[in-house]
Amino acid sequence: MPAGTLYRGREGMWSWVAHRVTGVLIFFFLFVHVLDTALVRVSPETYDETVAIYKTPLVNLMEYGLVAAVLFHALNGLRVVAVDFWSKGAKYQKQMLWTVMGIWGVLMAGAFYPVLQHTLRSLFGS
Amino acid sequence: MSTETTEAGTDDARRYDVDNPAPLITAPRARTARTPKSTRTNFELYGWLFMRLSGIVLVVLVLGHLLIQLVLDGGVSKIGFAFVAGRWASPFWQVWDLLMLWLAMLHGANGLRTVINDYAERDGTRLWLKMLLYTATVFTVLLGTLVIFTFDPNIR
Repeated sequence: MPAGTLYRGREGMWSWVAHRVTGVLIFFFLFVHVLDTALVRVSPETYDETVAIYKTPLVNLMEYGLVAAVLFHALNGLRVVAVDFWSKGAKYQKQMLWTVMGIWGVLMAGAFYPVLQHTLRSLFGS
Repeated sequence: MSTETTEAGTDDARRYDVDNPAPLITAPRARTARTPKSTRTNFELYGWLFMRLSGIVLVVLVLGHLLIQLVLDGGVSKIGFAFVAGRWASPFWQVWDLLMLWLAMLHGANGLRTVINDYAERDGTRLWLKMLLYTATVFTVLLGTLVIFTFDPNIR
């Protein structure tokens, strides 16, 4: 470990890095998402044409990535709350991170088909 | 020298008694009439608390939103103007979306403010990045709120 650095690696630092990265990505998406939703005030056609972009294979895959980012940020955020407010939170922060990753893995596996079914159906028939 | 000072001090102390009290010396950090008004507030404390409270509420609001929009009932396939109109016909989902918009934007803006403060080292860079952030945040929150309140299913 280099001297005089706050970056100490392992579960604590990397979960913090991942929380920042996912947070910034989600915020940028939120900005775009409010703008695309605002098109319902223009016309139904304009809105539907724009939403069609969300149904293309690449963007559909990015939605799966969005779900991944949001799920991690949500679960790890609850872990941060536990670290701050639960008396034993700091002691069990590593165990809580691996619990978060376990739940995240299960939910991501469960979300794979529902989220990507539009693309899977269009690529591999009905 | 130190011996002289100590002796002088001891001599001084001996001169003070009930009739001749030692002069009162104000504590270094005591607030007096001449102390400048403090510019410190508890803003960062409330920001820290807001991130945790809004975060807990957003877990429910956002995961519910993702479940309805991207998981249930065919995933993204069903989304269109008609689907939006159907959902916003209910005040429950209007309030849900309005609360989610405000909390998520403020939560995200405060998060980005922290990130800018951490990594933008030059004063000017930090100022302009935050001005851009606040402008985009106010614009997005107002636009989203306007859209939810003025939505017209019979626009065509």
